[in-house]
Amino acid sequence: MKINRIVAAVAAFGLIFATNALAEGQLNLFNWGNYTSPDLIKKFETTYNVKVTSTDYDSNTTALAKVKAGGHGFDIVVPSANYVKVFIEEGLALEVRPDQMENFKNVAPEWRNSPFDPGRRYSVPWLWGTVGIAVDTDVYKGDINTSSIVFDPPKELAGKINMSPEMGDVLGMALKYIGSEPCTTDKVALKKARDLLMAAKPKWVSMDYGLTEKMPRGDFSAALYWNGAVYRAGLAKSSIKFGYPREGYEIWMDNALVLKDAKNVENAKKFLNFIMAPENAALNSIFTRYANGISGSEAFMPEEMKTASAIVIPEEFKAAGMFFPACSKEATEYYTAIWTELTK
Amino acid sequence: MRIPKAASNPVSDMQRSRTRKNWLLSAPALVVLAAASSGPLLIVLVYSFLSAGEYGGVVWKFSTDAWFNVVFFRDIFDGTTTFADAHMTILWRSVRLSFITTLITLAAGFPTAYFIATRPRRNRSLWLFLITVPFWTNLLIRTFAILEVIRNEGLINIGLQTLGIIDKPIQMLYTDFAIMVGMTYVYLPLMVLPLYASMERLNFSLVEAAYDLYATRHKVLHRIIIPLVKPGIIAGSILVFIPSLGAFVTPRVLGGGKKMMLGNLIELQFGAGRNWPLGAALSVTLLALVMAALLMYVRTTQRHSGSVR
Repeated sequence: MKINRIVAAVAAFGLIFATNALAEGQLNLFNWGNYTSPDLIKKFETTYNVKVTSTDYDSNTTALAKVKAGGHGFDIVVPSANYVKVFIEEGLALEVRPDQMENFKNVAPEWRNSPFDPGRRYSVPWLWGTVGIAVDTDVYKGDINTSSIVFDPPKELAGKINMSPEMGDVLGMALKYIGSEPCTTDKVALKKARDLLMAAKPKWVSMDYGLTEKMPRGDFSAALYWNGAVYRAGLAKSSIKFGYPREGYEIWMDNALVLKDAKNVENAKKFLNFIMAPENAALNSIFTRYANGISGSEAFMPEEMKTASAIVIPEEFKAAGMFFPACSKEATEYYTAIWTELTK
Repeated sequence: MRIPKAASNPVSDMQRSRTRKNWLLSAPALVVLAAASSGPLLIVLVYSFLSAGEYGGVVWKFSTDAWFNVVFFRDIFDGTTTFADAHMTILWRSVRLSFITTLITLAAGFPTAYFIATRPRRNRSLWLFLITVPFWTNLLIRTFAILEVIRNEGLINIGLQTLGIIDKPIQMLYTDFAIMVGMTYVYLPLMVLPLYASMERLNFSLVEAAYDLYATRHKVLHRIIIPLVKPGIIAGSILVFIPSLGAFVTPRVLGGGKKMMLGNLIELQFGAGRNWPLGAALSVTLLALVMAALLMYVRTTQRHSGSVR
């Protein structure tokens, strides 16, 4: 019986390699959780006969830490704009020249050149969105286009607020709220932001991910969160709306790039080119409900997404949005100290 | 006694060669232990004495900043140095919650183990098997299952509301209570199993004898059963206390991330905080705490077994 088991184990092992052998190659994605369209993966696998594996992370810093530690085996990572710069500066990204790829012509003009990757020599737009306010309008009827909803909550929402657990987003938005800038090292402003957050904290119920599922279930009624997730929550419960804080809010873009120590560079390049095709980029948008930065992809999206105010920023709110930079070490030290005090 | 010299040599030679052989035979295990267990710990220790890199990682420059920051807090606004209040709060919360968790699992695990140990022998393995069933499911899934039970629109609240006992959901999720429920549920088997192991060996005729001598049930429990299963109680407590101290997932999911425990604080330093040396120093601190708990265990059991002899 023991022998049988060993034989079975060996056979199972062989089978794993056999299935791998059937596909021509391998591609190992390292991306945010719940962020890659399964249809997109399937399509890529059948088109190029490549086996794709996906591993999740929950923050830019987690991704950076794991990649930096080495031995990860990943080919592609999808950091946010500010971290694209870090990956490039730290020498972790491979210069694969997406700007010379066939599908680069589809990238929307405003995303072709970017401060975080001048000339797009490393990265390709994955999805972009905003950090704003989510409110269940059944619970609170007032103005939702202000971050006072979470920093100085109305009494209807006290004790029913979830904050994004992203240190950079929360502190950046708090600094914008008090009239300063993200990543500032101005102690007066930082102190003001800390006092603001410390005073608001008792009115928050949680600082957690998973809004898409939790908000419709009534775990909380307002939040500071990513727009696409709020939009998805709104599909489950129509009273959930997304607001753009006039005090300032964050625009972000996540970008796919190839890692320097990637083992499957050719497949990774194919993948970057692949996701710049409008019909493929649309798959990601349909799955995640974020915009993608590829011209012509709207044609492949459902009608209600093209006009949803959570996804298409209304003209009147455009000016208040900005990209948050990656903070300096000094600013991060201040951030961490405030964050530790906040979550102690 | 004096041993003739001629006779002593072959014996000690044989002994020496046996010792050498034993060492050689155990060498592979020792190497693996040294490399796989002490190696990584050594790296953590070394990292705690280096400087933080700009975007995470470490710079190879000796620094005791990390250790300074574990205990002290340099106020970022007025530059004064105080005791690291935030770290101490988190440390204290971790120790407190772990301790309470240990007490609750003990209170719940003791009768459970006693129940199993007093079943007919052929039924015991079934009960034990049932205790281990939760281990088949991933920790994360079990934690999310609890979330489903205690959330505002969860089983308990909906149930109580349907019965008309409450008209507004009770906020259980995202509280210390939720963390405790989660940890108790997750670590209960770790308490039951060692408790059962010592109760199974318990000679129940001693209990009968005590009753025959007119001992009350209370007395039997305190003077017969508890002293005899004490090693199990201590082992179970240690097995629950140590992982509770480092718990990461449960406070994150059920506590709502608003209040950190040590595990979360360490994660913050390696993640968003980009301060690996501080993270490493905090890890070593946690390790030292665990070691202290273990040492206490060893000393108590030694004293215990000593008193029996």
